[in-house]
This record gives sequence, structure tokens and C-alpha cells, in this order.
Amino acid sequence: MRLSGRHVSCIRGGREVFSGLDFEADSGQALAVVGPNGSGKTSLLRLVAGLLAPAGGSIGLDGGAAELTLPEQAHYLGHRDALKPALSVAENLSFWRDFGGGIEDIGQCLAAVRLGHATHLPAAYLSAGQRRRLSIARLLAVRRPVWLLDEPTSALDAAGQDLFAGVMRDHLEDGGIILAATHTPLGIATRELRMGGAA
Amino acid sequence: MTALAALIRRDIRIALRVGGGALIGVLFFLTVTVLMPFAIGPDLALLTRLGPAILWLGALLASLLTLDRLFMADHEDGSLDLIVMGRTPLELACAAKALAHWLAAGLPLVVATPVLGLLLNLDAAATSAVALTLLAGTPALTFTGMIGAALAVTLHRGGLLLAVLVLPLSIPVLIFGVAASQAAITGPLAFGTPFSILCALSLASLVIGPFAAAASLRHGLD
Amino acid sequence: MTLIDLANPTRFLSLTARVLPWLAGATTMLLLVGLYQSAMAPDDYQQGATVKIMFVHVPNAWLSMFVWGVMSLAALGTLVWRHPLADVAAKAAAPIGAAFTFLALVTGSLWGRPMWGTYWEWDARLTSVLILFLMYLGLIALWRAVEDPSRAARAAAILTLVGAINLPIIKFSVDWWNTLHQPASVLRMGGPSLDRAFLIPLLVMAIGFSLLFVTLHLAAMRNEILRRRVRSLQMMQASRQAA
Repeated sequence: MRLSGRHVSCIRGGREVFSGLDFEADSGQALAVVGPNGSGKTSLLRLVAGLLAPAGGSIGLDGGAAELTLPEQAHYLGHRDALKPALSVAENLSFWRDFGGGIEDIGQCLAAVRLGHATHLPAAYLSAGQRRRLSIARLLAVRRPVWLLDEPTSALDAAGQDLFAGVMRDHLEDGGIILAATHTPLGIATRELRMGGAA
Repeated sequence: MTALAALIRRDIRIALRVGGGALIGVLFFLTVTVLMPFAIGPDLALLTRLGPAILWLGALLASLLTLDRLFMADHEDGSLDLIVMGRTPLELACAAKALAHWLAAGLPLVVATPVLGLLLNLDAAATSAVALTLLAGTPALTFTGMIGAALAVTLHRGGLLLAVLVLPLSIPVLIFGVAASQAAITGPLAFGTPFSILCALSLASLVIGPFAAAASLRHGLD
Repeated sequence: MTLIDLANPTRFLSLTARVLPWLAGATTMLLLVGLYQSAMAPDDYQQGATVKIMFVHVPNAWLSMFVWGVMSLAALGTLVWRHPLADVAAKAAAPIGAAFTFLALVTGSLWGRPMWGTYWEWDARLTSVLILFLMYLGLIALWRAVEDPSRAARAAAILTLVGAINLPIIKFSVDWWNTLHQPASVLRMGGPSLDRAFLIPLLVMAIGFSLLFVTLHLAAMRNEILRRRVRSLQMMQASRQAA
């Protein structure tokens, strides 16, 4: 499986964010998108996720399921955590599992991100780091080969970052692909895609 | 199907939990209806004559009021991105959201109608006629209103803009809804004629609404 | 035993646990006696047996306003003295007040049915009670809209006090609106000259219903305190890290 972009360019609000961008990542590889603020890291992830339309170029996944589009085979972990405070932790996660067509056990996914003790509590009671871990549990509840992660380690403490590095390592060993916008090292072997400035 | 059922179940749950807006719509409906006699006067004969129109206007405004949050809440917390990306066709997901919204906010309006009919001195036959037309017509309000809600979310504007966008679209529903109720109460038209058109409007909006909403969500996200 | 002692929720819980059974017993006794006396009261020469609805209607109507008064006091407690139990009292009172108001409306319209020939007449009194009912529902909606009770408390307190100031204005406006449109053809309910045979059961019922309110209110306050404890325990559990 190979995720690749050719001559991708992005225009937002009449301003060219980046252009002529090439990137590729094979199965088992993580690509860290780095660069200063405003260099278009988030825009790139949203382009790959199909949430923005590219102004030029093409993005594709070779060797994936033929009948599915790239966004349908991807997980997007954005700044906003897609959690409903009125629902319990388990209700939040099982909704995203059912909506994504996953079959994993909710209890195991929550235990994997150390939220097993909070299963029945309203998501409103969670701290920022716990909310982030619940979002990460979503990546585990439904299997998708491509993970698009936007600042995934923000709000995570050192233990949480270690835990997440382990989760990402398992995903790569299973042949997954990770595209992560980040300012900090992720704790896994990555190749760098530098945006902005000299690009 | 499980994906759609999960979406419907989630939206209904949120609407009924603390902070959800399901019952506020009914309260608004009740308040608007109670306001009318203060403007018109407590003349029971007049209220009886105007009753169906008052109830329909109240239901229209109440369902509009609650529509504001249909996509906005999911947009603000990022859920909408994931729904757009999902393997479920966005049209179906929109339809499921609208259905959940109708069950949580539209159906209670129909249930509340008999009580309000009492306040407006409508007899049992007239009240059930209005309730029946609301049952047939409120889905049309929800599903056309959904288009406005989707546009509002992509424009990052809610509230009054939504009202201005949606109210003209709901004029046909209002016309045939009130016409059918009046036909049942006073005639001379047969109840069936406007009622069939009302049902047709609802069925058409069930098709048009999700497609238009999905299209505007797809092109408007950033 | 002072107000300061009551301010402690734990002491409030243990005290009310002792008081509540007695209150509930007294309420039951008074209501039973009142109902018996009401049943034994003579029929009205004009209204017949329907006059007996009065024995339920009037206490409910009286309580519908009284509860708002209680909530206004509690609102002052929240805003001025920041009494820890004040917003618990206000929150617990709102649904009970709404229930009494609803019963006043239902009994009023049942009473009106044989008099007016319709269940609802835009009579000045009934209309005012209906507006009061809407205000109760709005207040409950406000409590429900905000998940954090201490944040909702101040907003609800302000709304309650504004409501308390507005209620007489609303009452006056409705009276004026009603007389403007309706010549005095509507039956004046109750009336000032009440026979002793009616007055005593009515008083007993009024005291019985008031005690019922106190009982329900204390029980609801206990529930609310316990609910808040559950909430803070849950929040503590959420912040606990898994081993």
C-alpha cells in the first residue's frame, strides 16, 4: 500500500498555502509533516482526508480496497475531538465504532488508552488529556489503514505520549500508514516532510 | 444500517439529555400559541376560526428554532468532519440526522397539539385534523429546514440567517397544512385534496432535503 | 439549631431524614381529613357538586404562587448571601411549583367546563396562572440547559427575581386585557363570601397541600444534594488515573 501526493497545491481564502508538493508513504511508514505555523500542515491533512479540495495535483492510495475512496480508508484525528459531553465515554466510543462499521470491543479499546475506569462516566468530566486519549481509542475501535493525525500529542502528558507511541508502532507493524502534523517528536521512527520556507 | 441506526440513536440521546433542546421546542410552541390570544383578543369564536393557522405558525417557528443546532453542534466539535469522511453516504447520514431531529423535536409538537387545541377552543375533530396535518407536514419542515441548517453551518452563521433562508421554502407546506385543517373543519374543500398535496410535499422533501444538505456540506467544509 | 447549622448539607441530610417521616405522616393525615370534610361539604345551590373542585383547585392555585415566593427567597439566598443550600432549594422547588400550577390549571378548566361549556376560557385568573406555568417551564428548561449546577444557579436566580417583579405587572396587564375584551359575564370563581361549611375544609386542604409542598421540597432537596455528590464523586473518579 502506498499513499502518495503529486504536485499538490492548496489555495485557501484566495491565498496559496503551498504548491507543487510531492510526498509518499508506504505501508509501515510514518511521515511527520513539520514546518512553521501557517505552512499548511493542517490543510494538507484535510486535503488527504477529503475535507478540502486540492487546487491542483492528485492524492491517492495505491493497493488499498479498490471500491473505497481514500477518505473512507482513513482516520482523521483533528484538533477538535468529536466527543459529546452529554454522552458517556462508552457511548461516545461505541457510536464512532458503529458508525465506522468496527467490531472491536469497547472495553478493550478504552483499557488500551487507560480509560477503563471511566467507561460509564459522562465525557464532560474528562480532562483535556483524557479526551485526547478517548479520541485515540477511536483509532483502535475501527480499523483503517491510513491515520491522519493533527498534533496528536498535544494535551498528552509524558505517559500518554509513550502510550500513544506504542499505539502508533503497533499500527505501523500491522502495515498501516501514518501522516502526522507535529511540532514535537512522536517517539517513533518517522521520515520528515518539511513544509513552508525552503520547500 | 447499523451506522445509520447508531447516528439516530446518538442524536436522540443527546437531544433528551441535559443540555439537549428537544423539549424547548415544545415550550416555544406553547408560548407562541399562548401569546396569540393576547394580540387577537380572547374571543373564542374568532380563536376557533384562527386556531389551525395559529397552531401551524407556532409549529413552523418552533421547528425552525430547533433546527439551528442540527449540524452546528457536530461542526463545532469536529464530528461533522468524521461523518463526511465516513463510509456511509453523506445523503443517508443527513437523512438519519433529520429523522432523529424530527423524532426528538418534531413529533413532540404533534403530541402537544391537542392541549393547545383546547386553549384555542378547537373541538375534537378540528384538533385531530390539525394534529394529523402536522404529523404529515412537520417532516417537510424538518427536511427542507435541514438545507438551511447545512448552508448556515458552511457559512458559519446561524439563527436569523437560517430563518430567512428557510421560511420562504416552507410556504407551500404552510399553505396546504392550514388548507387541509380548514377543509376538515369548515369545508367546502374536501380534506383529502390539500392533505394529499401536503403528504406529497413531505415525500418530496425527504428526497430533496438530504441531497441538497449533503451537497452544501461537501462543498462548504473547510 | 440555627440557619448556619442547616447550611451544612450533611447536617441538612441527617436532620431532614429524621423530620421527613413525621412531615409525610402529618401531610397524609391532614389531606385525608380535608378530603373527608370536602366530600361531606354541602353542594352549592348554584354550582351543585362541582363546587367541590374548589377544595383542590384553590390550594393548588395558592401554592403555585407561594412556591415562586419560596424560589425568590432562595434566589436572594443565592445572589446575596451565597447560601450553599439556596440554589439547591431553588432548583428543587421549580418542578414542584410547576406541578402545582399544572394541577391548578387542570382543576380550573375542569371546574370551568360545566360553567362555561368549554374546558378553556381566557379568563383573567386562569390566563395569569397559565403564564405562571410557562415561566415555571422556562425556569426548568434553564436548569436543564446547563450541566454545571452552580453556573445555572445564578442565571436561574436572576430569572426568578425578574419573574417575581414581573408577575404583578403581568397579572395587572392580563386583568386589563381581559376586561377590555370581555364584559363581566364570566363567573367569578370562589368569591369573597364563603360559607363556614366551605371555609373549614378549604383551610384544612390548604394547610395539607402546603405541608405536602414542604415534604416534597425537602425530599427533592435531599435528592438534589445526593445527585451533586454523585456528580462530584464521578468527577473524582474520572480524574483518577488507571493503575
